[in-house]
Amino acid sequence: MFLWPKQGISLNKLNYSIVIERWEDLLNGVLFTLALSAAGIFLALVIGVVGVAMHRSGSGMLRVPVVMFVELIRNTPFLVQIFFLFFALPLVGIRLGPTVTAIIALAINGGAYSIEIIRGGVDSIPRGQIEAGAALGLSRRQIFGDIILIPALRAVYPALSSQFILLTLTSSVCSSISANELTHVAQRIESETFRSFEVYFTITGLYLLISWLIMAALSTLGNRHFSYPNQ
Amino acid sequence: MDKFGFPEFLFLLQGLKWTVLLTIISFVGGGIIGLVIALARVSPVKTIQRAATAYIALFQGTPLLMQLFVIYYGLALMSFNIDAWVAVSIAYTAHASAFLGDIWRGAIQSLPKGQIEASNALALGYVSRMRDIVLPQALKISLPATIGFAVQLTKGTSLAAIVGFVELARAGQIVSNLIFQPLLVFGVVGAIYFFICWPMSILGSHLERKLSLGY
Repeated sequence: MFLWPKQGISLNKLNYSIVIERWEDLLNGVLFTLALSAAGIFLALVIGVVGVAMHRSGSGMLRVPVVMFVELIRNTPFLVQIFFLFFALPLVGIRLGPTVTAIIALAINGGAYSIEIIRGGVDSIPRGQIEAGAALGLSRRQIFGDIILIPALRAVYPALSSQFILLTLTSSVCSSISANELTHVAQRIESETFRSFEVYFTITGLYLLISWLIMAALSTLGNRHFSYPNQ
Repeated sequence: MDKFGFPEFLFLLQGLKWTVLLTIISFVGGGIIGLVIALARVSPVKTIQRAATAYIALFQGTPLLMQLFVIYYGLALMSFNIDAWVAVSIAYTAHASAFLGDIWRGAIQSLPKGQIEASNALALGYVSRMRDIVLPQALKISLPATIGFAVQLTKGTSLAAIVGFVELARAGQIVSNLIFQPLLVFGVVGAIYFFICWPMSILGSHLERKLSLGY
């Protein structure tokens, strides 16, 4: 089945100028992807913290749904999740459009992983630290926020960062419901120019740039807010 | 066709067959190349080490969907006369090799230095040191993460649907378009994925717990 090239390797026929001409569309796509990812990351973090709070609440009524949510999302493909949301929500009367659906899908997916990661950090907090907080007369809310959550977030910050970069890369799948992000821009340019390889090769480079940007942003943020002062 | 009956379910199972096959091929192929990548990544030769680092960074810094597109159209551009499905397998194999390579690199580097010093003291050569000392221990350490990646890969094969490869997700799309019951169809498709991935996830976290207890 695997044969040698029929006409030799035709790399010299590549034409990138057609792609470069569309730099404005590409820039818009990059910005859209950044915005989509930022919204997704923020909401995923919120879902992560709320989920962990529910998981730790001590009530089975709150804990079991969180566990089921995490397992369900972590063991099904993002593509199926986004299709489900995109096609199922209108059936129950909720019409959101592709962009909002994409943000919700990214938030739900990233949120499930965030719960799992933050929970790992929370489990690593020594019991004595929590008891010390209680001994100092802190309220339940203060204990969860200052004694458990902040140190836990510091401990798992690197894992959380790589999960959020993964979320940014996953946002490319949102093109399948025609959310107007970078991959979708690429598909439009491709369908107009038929330069599949050049288009996707360029876009891959742009994604590499985007993930480096987000990595740099997250590590700056981490150094500022999520690291121990004396480290 | 207006309702979800046995023929529709059978069609989904046909798709499932390709999902499983694609996952197995890319996991095995990716495992073999991934081992080479992992060894290259910990190689004492700086050039080889840098090349492996770049290979891993490239695949970890770009979306799987783009890797799929670039390899899929790249192979076509080079006029390789191959099936769409061979192209997709090559793309997933390359993807898996980078991720497995990095997982195993981490496991190799987590071994105590004394192990390698001891094997040097025993005058073991590179092959024997890797085969008899380093890799068996690294494999055990990396098992939970490796299984975790197998789950990721199984879910990741759904993206082959976007380039038109008829696996489970694409089969779901086709059935959904025919009978206009997306809620039900994607629910069933999701459930099938879940019951494949969930046992693997459970096994992975079970092994992780066992490993953290130290046996």
